[in-house]
Parts: sequence; structure tokens; C-alpha cells
Amino acid sequence: MSDPPLLEVEELIVEIPTRRGTLRPVDGVSFTIGRGEILGVVGESGAGKSITGAAIIGLLERPIRIGGGRVTLGGTRLDTLGEPELRRVRGARIGTIFQDPSTSLNPLKRVGDQLAETALAHLDISRGEARDRALRALVDVGIPAAAERLDAWPHEFSGGMRQRVVIALALIGEPELVIADEPTTALDVSVQAQILALLRRLCTERGVGVMLVTHDMGVIAETTDRVAVLYAGRVAEVGPTRRVLTEALHPYTRGLMGSTPDASPERDARERLAQIPGSMPGLTALPPGCAFHPRCPEAMTRCATDRPHPAVRGDTRVWCWLHPPDEPPAERRP
Amino acid sequence: MTAGGDTQSGQPLGDDPPLVEIEGLSRRFDVSSAWLNRIVRRESRRILTAVDDVSFRMVRGETYALVGESGSGKSTIAKMIVGLLAPSDGVVRVAGTDPANASGEALAAFRRRVQMIFQDPYASLNPRWRVLDIVGEPMRVFALAKGRVEVERRVGALLEQVGLSAADAAKYPHEFSGGQRQRVGIARALASEPELIVCDEPTSALDVSVQAQVLNLMRDLQRELGLTYLFITHDLSVVRYMADTIGVLYLGRLVESAPRETLFTEPAHPYTRMLLDAAPRLDGFGREHAIDGGEVPDPIRPPSGCHYHPRCVYRVDGCDERYPPVRPIGARTVRCFEAERVLSGTRDV
Repeated sequence: MSDPPLLEVEELIVEIPTRRGTLRPVDGVSFTIGRGEILGVVGESGAGKSITGAAIIGLLERPIRIGGGRVTLGGTRLDTLGEPELRRVRGARIGTIFQDPSTSLNPLKRVGDQLAETALAHLDISRGEARDRALRALVDVGIPAAAERLDAWPHEFSGGMRQRVVIALALIGEPELVIADEPTTALDVSVQAQILALLRRLCTERGVGVMLVTHDMGVIAETTDRVAVLYAGRVAEVGPTRRVLTEALHPYTRGLMGSTPDASPERDARERLAQIPGSMPGLTALPPGCAFHPRCPEAMTRCATDRPHPAVRGDTRVWCWLHPPDEPPAERRP
Repeated sequence: MTAGGDTQSGQPLGDDPPLVEIEGLSRRFDVSSAWLNRIVRRESRRILTAVDDVSFRMVRGETYALVGESGSGKSTIAKMIVGLLAPSDGVVRVAGTDPANASGEALAAFRRRVQMIFQDPYASLNPRWRVLDIVGEPMRVFALAKGRVEVERRVGALLEQVGLSAADAAKYPHEFSGGQRQRVGIARALASEPELIVCDEPTSALDVSVQAQVLNLMRDLQRELGLTYLFITHDLSVVRYMADTIGVLYLGRLVESAPRETLFTEPAHPYTRMLLDAAPRLDGFGREHAIDGGEVPDPIRPPSGCHYHPRCVYRVDGCDERYPPVRPIGARTVRCFEAERVLSGTRDV
């Protein structure tokens, strides 16, 4: 990638201090997102994908805190910002879309007012201009009869329409980055496709980088440019989506692909789904060395004692002793 | 309804009478506001037709999947089949027994034959009971085991069969993960030695790798025990893996019913086509979806005539006035006036 990345996450650590010791739901996660690029962050429950997103926006609830690493957005370090500056960055430079629209939309405010207020808070414009932008935002996300809908309340919209409003709200402040956490999981599949296509179109058109957190591999395949696969708070591999999904380097990624059923008519329905034995360890029971090694069909002796160092293979970065690094891990980064 | 061949479990589909017959099943709910509120607000009564004239059959040993999005009525149908809800119209018959009109011994026999697996592994097990009692209860109720020793032995055997260990009988649900709890739920369903198991989104709450384990287990058990599954889900990829025959529901109506391969390669109803196109595929890199531009409307005020008409690209005059009758086309049945045109259209793969 010739342009410098929009977002750089380097060795991010998130900690939860407990009476019995410090837990690390995110333990050395690294990836980048370019302008206009959609990075998928995929993993099963407990892998740390949502907490990573929360850490980037600075929405970790005490006592959860960033315990190490760096988060840099367009040259600005986010992990060291105080709360007032973080608040400014959140609306102006980072937009957020959550799974449940009711966490983003105030049920007691009309939709047009929420959009206009957000625009006013982050852009140097007049009230009239803000109202115009609110209308345009609704049109851009495909709300029919947008002029009338400006004065509607959130509960007057259907689920899919509400999520479109949330997208409008996330983009109206003209952010550089959008973090979308399971934005379509609660929606019917017919609406899901529309919402994802909308998100993709709007963000690539405007050069907005997107971090799309999901557990759904099909969504990853169809919507993202690159993907980071998370396991037990660590990255297994990160690289171009097609490459990672079809020629996975990490055994966990391969296992995940093999155990995912597919609706495609190409797939032979009788072929047995692969199974990964056991389940992802909880934070209090993380094994030493590589977190995946107890379940890994290709585990070696080293995997049980040493955590893998990252290695670069073409456009992909992988953390696995099957692919040891040729050089010290510090410099290169896809 | 199935066109010969084998079930997923490899058993041949014979000419035996169907195990399950659903005929003209309907269910309405009165969702009106309270009487006084209605008078003050001048509102009319509101009736929600959750299930509207649904008919299908299930052959012994097969997996019949009911697919639908929100408001489709699939869960309501499931409850009527197991006898938890009585139909407003129509009949459910499992091995000849109608649960809404059975009593005494016939009803008890029905309850033993028909079991259910639920979606939420955290809500479907009594947190205050040990696994031994959860799985053992059906055995005691239906007199399939007598005395503590025999119940313990049988529960232990069942737990092993679902991939847990006999020692797990002494534990409480909170000591297990979601996938393990679902296995306990399956063991409980098997405890009465049922013939039909209604599975309501059994893996929707599970992670992908755990889902694979549970689906494979269900397939293995079906083969070993000759079980029949009614599999209810919104997830087309799971349907592709588990089902022999598939019924597609839209706003309470069965719009298409077909054998698996037929449905996935040659869908005859516009809604089925749209659904198949919308489902994300693992090899769908950069795939463009056909634009549907619509959502499932409010089930309380569904569109007139064919419910799907406002969103339908094959729509013609009359689709908004008349309710399409069921028609057989090849190995499938479909409710659409334009099904032939849908079938002859190019299918994007």
C-alpha cells in the first residue's frame, strides 16, 4: 500500500484487573486500515473483536483499560488522549454503528434533529445548513420520502430503516473512520445484503475506512477488502480477504472455513462439516504459548511454550510457528 | 413431496405413510388494544394472522426445514405441531394423532413421540436442576426407566451418545458452555425415545465451530436412531447442510416447498429467489446482489392478494388482488401466478 494507513493498531493490549490477577481480552493485536478500505475483524465470541473496537474509540468501561500498544488515526495517537479530546475525535473523526440501533438513536428525539445536532457539533456550519445535510443524509442512505421522515421518531422506522438512519448518523460528521460492530446481525437476511451494500458504497465513495466486526464469514467474504482473524484476544492472521479465506495460512482460519456451512449451490451439501475439537479457551484458562495449540491439528512442541512471532507472507501477516518470521518482527507491515 | 433419492442420513425414502401431516393450518392472534382504549381512540380490532393455510407432509426419517424471516410464522407452526398451541383452523397429525384433539393415553403417547430442541441454551434448561434430573425427567414421566439406578444408567448412556460424559450428570447447567448445554438439550429430547424432534433454531446462538459439532451430532443421531426432524431456521446455509425438503414461509404463508437441490438450484417463487440471492456466500467475493429494495412488512397489516407483491419483480396485474393457490410444478409446490416465468429466468450463480 503506497499511502500511509488511516488507522494503525500496534500490539494493542486491553486489560481487566481482577482480584485474581489481570486478564487480557486483547493481547497484542496489530492491524491497519487504509482510506476507503473495509477491514473485517472476524472471530467467535470471546475473541476480543468488540473490545478492540471499543478500545480504539476509547469506550472502554472502567476498570477495563488499555494496557499497552498504540492506536494511531491519521497521525494522531488515540490511546493517550484524555476524555474531552477523545469525545471530539469520536464524533468528528470516527463514526460508530452498533448492532442494536436503539443504542445509537435517542428514542425521545426526532431523527432529523439528531442528525442536524450531530452535524452542528462537528462541522462549522449554520443551523439551516445542518438541516439540509440531515435531509441529504437520509436520501443518501435510501430512506423513501426523506423530507417527511425528517420529523419522524426512531420507533416509527422499521428495523432495516432504523439501521440506515444509524449509518446516516455515523457519516454525517464526515468521519475518516467508521467502526461497525455486527451492524446487520439483528436484521433479516434480505435487509442485511442491502445495508452492507449501502455501507460499502458510501464508504468507498467518500474514502472512509471501515472496521467491520462480525462473526459471519459470508459477510466477510462479500463485503470486506481485507480481514483480520482473531482468536482468544490475539490475531491469527490478517491479509486480503480472498487470499485469507481461500488460502488460509493459520490452522484456525482453515478450521473456521471448513466448519462454516455455505448456502452456495456450488457446495456439496453432503460433505461433512469439519469440526475443530474443543472450544475457545476463556480468559482465565488461556494456555501458554500459542492460544490455539491444544486444538490445532498441526501443533508442534514449540507451540506449547512460545507465543508465535508475526511473519510476513506476501500481503498477509500471520502469527503461527508453521510460518516463522525470517526477520525480527518490528519493521514491515502490510 | 420428495422426489425419491436418499435423506441426508442416507436412508431411502420409502412409500410409507407420512409421519407428519399438516393440513390447512392457520393461527390468528387478537392483538387489539383493551376494549376501553379502543373506544377512546376509535381503533378497530386488530387480528394478526401468524399462520395462514399451511399444508405439508413429512416422511419418516427425513429432515424438513421451515425457512423464513421475521414474521414468517415458523415458530408458531412449531408450537402447533408439538401441541403447545392450538390451531385456529386446520389440522396437525403426527403418526395419526392430532394433539389439539387428543386426551388421556393418546395425548401421553403423542407427547412421548414428539420432542423439541430450543434456540437459547441458556434459557431452555432449568438452572436449579442437575443434568441427571433434566435428562431423566422424560424417562420417569413416560415410565421408560424405573428407580434411581436405571435412570442414572440411561442418562449416562445418553450423555455419552451426545458427546458429553456420564459424569456430567451430576453437574448444573451453569457449569457448561453454550454448545454443551445444547447437547444436554438434545439428550433431554432423546430421553423419551421420540420419533419426531422439532428443532427451533437450535444452533443460531452458537459459534460457528460449535455449530458444526452440534449439526454433525444431529445428523449422526438421525442416522443411528431413525429420527425425523422439523428444522426451523432463518439460516439458509444451515438449511443446505441439514435439510432434505424445504418449506419457505413468508408472512404466514407457505410460498414454496421443494426438495433441497431443486430449491437451491431452481427456485420457483420470487421470494425464494430473492432470499437465496441475499444470503452471503463464502465464495461471494465482491458479489453484487440483485436489489430487492424492501423489507418484510408489518404482519398485522399485510399487503393484499399475494403478500409479496409490493417487492416482487415478477409482479403482474392481479397479484395484489388474488391470493395465489398452491400448484405443483415438478417436484415442488408453489404459490405464485408467475412461477413458470420465474423458473425460465436466468439464475445468477
